[in-house]
Amino acid sequence: MQKTQKKLIAAAAALSIGFGIVPAANAMHIAEGYLPPTHCIVWGVICLPFLLAGFFSLQNTVKKNRRALTLIAISGAFIFVISSLKIPSIAASCSHMTGTGLGAILFGPLAVSILGLIVLLFQALLLAHGGLTTLGANCFSMAIAGPLVTFLLYTLLKKCKVNKKVNIFIAAAVGDLFTYCVTALQLALSHPSEVGGAGASFGKFLAVFAPTQIPLAVIEGILTVVIVIAMESFATKELRSIGFIKEETK
Amino acid sequence: MSRNKKLVIILLLAAVLIAAIPFFALRGASFGGTDDAASELVEEISPDYEPWTAPVLENAIGGELPGEVESLLFCVQTGIGVGVIAFFIGRFYERKKLGKSGEDL
Repeated sequence: MQKTQKKLIAAAAALSIGFGIVPAANAMHIAEGYLPPTHCIVWGVICLPFLLAGFFSLQNTVKKNRRALTLIAISGAFIFVISSLKIPSIAASCSHMTGTGLGAILFGPLAVSILGLIVLLFQALLLAHGGLTTLGANCFSMAIAGPLVTFLLYTLLKKCKVNKKVNIFIAAAVGDLFTYCVTALQLALSHPSEVGGAGASFGKFLAVFAPTQIPLAVIEGILTVVIVIAMESFATKELRSIGFIKEETK
Repeated sequence: MSRNKKLVIILLLAAVLIAAIPFFALRGASFGGTDDAASELVEEISPDYEPWTAPVLENAIGGELPGEVESLLFCVQTGIGVGVIAFFIGRFYERKKLGKSGEDL
C-alpha cells in the first residue's frame, strides 16, 4: 500500500475512533428510519476506514493483476444473487443470506466491504430494503464484521489443515450468522429494553433472527462451497494468480 | 472431477431441501421477513419510537412499494448477479473445453 493511502486510512480510523467514544451507539438489514440519527452517523463513520482500506486494497489487487477483475466480478455477483434470495425457514419466516463469504476468502475482508456496499446501496435505493440512513450500520454488519469473521476463521482452519471444502463451509456459515448477531446487537444498543437494558433486548433480537438464520447459514455455506468448486474446476489459472491455489498443486 | 460433480449435486440437493422442507412442513405459516419482525420488535420494546424517515423510493412514490414491483426488483438483482456469474464461468468453461486452460482471458 502506498504512503498516501496509508495516511488516508489512518486519518479515517482516527476520526472513527473519535466518534466511537461518543457514548451512543445503535443490523443485517435494519429498515430505514429504525435507528436514531446519532447511531446512523456513528456506524457510518466507523465504516469509513474499512471502506477506504477496501477501496485501496481492490485497487492494488487489480493493479498488480488485471486478471483478478473477473474473480472480483464473480464475487460481487455472488453477493448480488445470494442476498436477493429470500428463503423460507423453520421459524415460519423468511430471510436472506449475505453471500460475502466468497469474496472474503478470495480477496480478504477489506475488499468485500466495497462489494457489499454496492449491494446494500442497490437494495436501499431500489428495493426499499435496508435504507440509506441505516446504510452505515448494515454495511458494518454485512460487509465488514461478517466477512472479517469468515476470513479469520478460514485462515485459522487452514493453519489447522482442515479440509478446504469443510473449511470454506464453516467459515462462510459462521460469517453469515455473525452478521446477524451484529445486527441484533446494533438494534439492541439503540432500543434497550426497559427491563434489563440493551442486554435483554439483544437476547430478544437474537431470538428473532437466530432460528431463521441458522438453516440459511448452512445453505450459504453449501452454496459458497459449490461456487468455489466451480471456480477451482474452470478458473484454476486465475485462482493461482491471486494465490488462492498454491503453485505446486498442478 | 466426477467426485466433485457428485459432491456438487448432493450439496445443491441439500440446499434445496433445507429451503423447501419448512415450506411444506409448516402449512399456512405466513413466512414474513425477519427484517419486518425486527421492526415489529422495535415497536414492542420502545413503543414511542417512530421511524424518522421512510425509504427513498417510498418517499418518491409517496406510499409503499407494491409487492409485485418489489419482487420484480428483487428478480432484477438476482438476474444481474446470475448473468455476471454465468458469463464468466461460461467463458472459463469454454476455455477449458478448448484445451486452452493456460491462456489468459
